[in-house]
Amino acid sequence: MELLFVQALSGLASAASLFLVASGLSIIFGVTRIVNFAHGAFYMLGAYVAYTLTSRFAGPLGFWGGLLVASLIVAALGALMEMVLLRRIYQAPELFQLLATFGVTLMVQDLVVVIWGADDLLGPRAPGFTGAFSLFGRNIPTYDLLLIALGPAVLGLLWLLFHRTRWGVLVRAATQDRDMVACLGVNQKWLFTSVFALGVFLAALGGALQIPRTTVTHYMDLSIIVEVFVVVVIGGLGSVTGAFVAAVLVSELNALGILALPKISLVAVFLVMAVVLVVRPFGLFGKAERAPRSSAGTSFRPWKPMTSIERIGVALIVALAALLPLFAGNYALSVGSEILVFVLFAASLHFMMTVGGLASFGHAAYFGLGAYGAAFAIKFLGAPMGVALLIGPLFGLAGAVISGWFCVRLSGVYFAMLTLAFAQIIWSVAFQWVEVTGGDNGILGIWPSRWASSPEGFFWLTLAIVAVSVALLRVLVFSPFGFGLRATRDNTLRADAIGIDRKSVQWAAFIVSGTFAGLAGALFAFLKGSVFPETLGIPISVDGLVMVLLGGIETVSGAVVGAIFYKALAIWLMSQTDLSKLVLGAIIVLLVVASPKGIVGFIEQIRHRRPPSPNGAGSSAARADASDALGIAKMKVAE
Amino acid sequence: MKLEVAELNSFYGPAHILFDVGFAVGDGEVVAMLGRNGAGKSTTFRTIMGLVSRRAGLVKFEGDEITRLPSYEIVRRGLGYVPEDRRIFSELTVEENFEVGRQKPRPGAAAWTPDRIYKLFPNLGEMRRRLGGDMSGGEQQMLSIGRTLMGNPSLVLLDEPSEGLAPKIVEQMAGAILAMKREGLSIVISEQNLHFAKLICDRAYIIEKGRIRFSGTIDELEAHPEIRDAYLAV
Ligand SMILES: Nc1ncnc2c1ncn2[C@@H]1O[C@H](COP(=O)(O)OP(=O)(O)OP(=O)(O)O)[C@@H](O)[C@H]1O
Ligand SMILES: [Mg+2]
Repeated sequence: MELLFVQALSGLASAASLFLVASGLSIIFGVTRIVNFAHGAFYMLGAYVAYTLTSRFAGPLGFWGGLLVASLIVAALGALMEMVLLRRIYQAPELFQLLATFGVTLMVQDLVVVIWGADDLLGPRAPGFTGAFSLFGRNIPTYDLLLIALGPAVLGLLWLLFHRTRWGVLVRAATQDRDMVACLGVNQKWLFTSVFALGVFLAALGGALQIPRTTVTHYMDLSIIVEVFVVVVIGGLGSVTGAFVAAVLVSELNALGILALPKISLVAVFLVMAVVLVVRPFGLFGKAERAPRSSAGTSFRPWKPMTSIERIGVALIVALAALLPLFAGNYALSVGSEILVFVLFAASLHFMMTVGGLASFGHAAYFGLGAYGAAFAIKFLGAPMGVALLIGPLFGLAGAVISGWFCVRLSGVYFAMLTLAFAQIIWSVAFQWVEVTGGDNGILGIWPSRWASSPEGFFWLTLAIVAVSVALLRVLVFSPFGFGLRATRDNTLRADAIGIDRKSVQWAAFIVSGTFAGLAGALFAFLKGSVFPETLGIPISVDGLVMVLLGGIETVSGAVVGAIFYKALAIWLMSQTDLSKLVLGAIIVLLVVASPKGIVGFIEQIRHRRPPSPNGAGSSAARADASDALGIAKMKVAE
Repeated sequence: MKLEVAELNSFYGPAHILFDVGFAVGDGEVVAMLGRNGAGKSTTFRTIMGLVSRRAGLVKFEGDEITRLPSYEIVRRGLGYVPEDRRIFSELTVEENFEVGRQKPRPGAAAWTPDRIYKLFPNLGEMRRRLGGDMSGGEQQMLSIGRTLMGNPSLVLLDEPSEGLAPKIVEQMAGAILAMKREGLSIVISEQNLHFAKLICDRAYIIEKGRIRFSGTIDELEAHPEIRDAYLAV
């Protein structure tokens, strides 16, 4: 009992920082509709800058002043990002903004190592709060008590800010209807920037407050961002109170879960999130989105199956790829196989994202399930590779059947967040269930059968499987099922009206997508000869998203190009520079700003702009501004 | 002239909606923009406010061209807008809705305050702390107008202020608009039929399929029932 109480206190202390970061994310989302992936990066920067300042300036003023100044500096950086980057892409679909902020996250990860080094740093203790007091024979740091008090204090301050100042009232109004706010004479630009600055300030403060408790590391951004996503989704995006309640809930689950269920402590939080979202799809304190903005489907050119010339072209490219082993070395071949595996992975995600309008943040789950499925087949059944390559996708399928059933009940950002939660559940099972999965040590010795064990053989096998799978996915796009799926994407209400059961169709798409991702994962297991929990991790999910978005969300098969481009670039950069993430992040940011339609969308746009269309109004008019319908004020006067 | 609009053309995506729309509003005038469902009344207002991205033409307000200004800048110059769907902030109280609309006073004119608006719409005075979402349609319409007045405009575009209101409320609304006129405000009102416009307007334009078909006084319009029958709902 005493132990429980002490754990609960420590949970409350952890909740403080989590609440700060989550409320910042929530406030930003409420007004700008941007899910700021870089929020974790700002949290980390807050900790690093605070470390530097507090180490240099001693004493209470140095310490507390250092935390405050650090947060202000980072807030200024956040405002800068909003002004130079996000302002350019507010009109783009939600996912592009996510992609841009993800690019920034990558850059910050490398920059932090350049500036502060890769080692963990230990900051000073808080002056006046270095001691501990004893409760039930256990020591509780007094700093924890400070944090426990801080959470509600900040909640109160934010409440005053939002209810007692003109700025706060404007922000609340903009959270509800930002275009109307502009029609009442408010300059949204500065409102957005100031909201962003406040949100980032809170994130940075959350990070800075951590330095007396934990070491400062260059990977603290990713761990916090997942927890923060969970918190805002449970609490309801846009709700500060919700962020507070959910932060306490999640922190307590973490703290007490360790006692109750040490084996599945990581799972508990995500299970709670899944349950909350199914029962209350917009979180505990969230409100239904008025007009959910579709994440895809603002296609400016109707999709068509390939012409026979295009088919021959593609066949030629595949044939050329098949010639690669004749002149490429082993390393190049294994790189080639890896790229192919990710082509399939990205194509599977592309199918549900662009055809189905379902953006998954956790597609690695099915990739990893496929990899583990194949590994289990080898390890426990002693099955040959052929069988393992069937069992892998079956695992992906099974996972998609279960999580898809829950996920298709939601849409938009909430859908994405729930897929992330499921991926993290599966990741934590793989990580913690050591007896079966080997935990962190993974499963080794997953080698291909002899006939495919040479680099050439495996490359050909992969090429064949990937080419056939991608072709199958394309056939599905133009099948009746594909048309039904596109109908649910483009107009949910109308699809309902003409008798399409939205949930079943989307569930089926989810399952198809998960199965192909599982196949890619199974191939990946044999390529690497081993399986680790990382195959289920967020970075893989994000890679998939980046590939799809880079390829072009409005295209039929852009993901193929996006995957080749991104994977090749990532592998090449890794061999060329220590700062591959910095370069990659910068490239992503530039691409998003330069061409929100992705590489393939960009090429298509150029290709179809050339011949002036006979019916005058042609392509420029056809590229209808979907944003018009949303009533977004935009200065673009027709000539 | 307070507001001059010339050769306005607007598009929603590929669809051409307004064709060379032109009209003018004098100082202190109340002008009706009449037209059936889908005639283009709201689109005209939205275009003037800079809310339709594909547009061409000329909009002059108090002698200055405002065609390419962002919406908030147009509002700050004194052109207020009350959209047809009212767009109340349902999670904000009446007072807070007013606060969002508040802008600097106009030189030479008394600034609008919540108290002055409560005099105009006494119903609102009894529900200062009520959430916008918990109000009736008529009350929301009053709130929406009051909120725009808080910006101290010198001209207001009112998009179908009588739509969906009970006859008694419509009368009250007409009274309020006449009171606004007495304050020296210029007003453009969009309406589907003559009944409401007759009560308050000096002049009228009729728009149909995105083109202005008639321009004249209300009396002239009354004198030509065939025009009314051709272009307006009865
Ligand atoms: N967002 C939009 N996208 C495409 N077309 C639109 C859009 N809004 C309006 N339209 C079309 O523009 C035309 C003019 O519409 P508008 O709303 O201006 O009419 P209105 O005169 O205000 O009608 P009402 O009396 O019904 O409000 C209509 O044909 C309508 O279908
Ligand atoms: Mg209208």
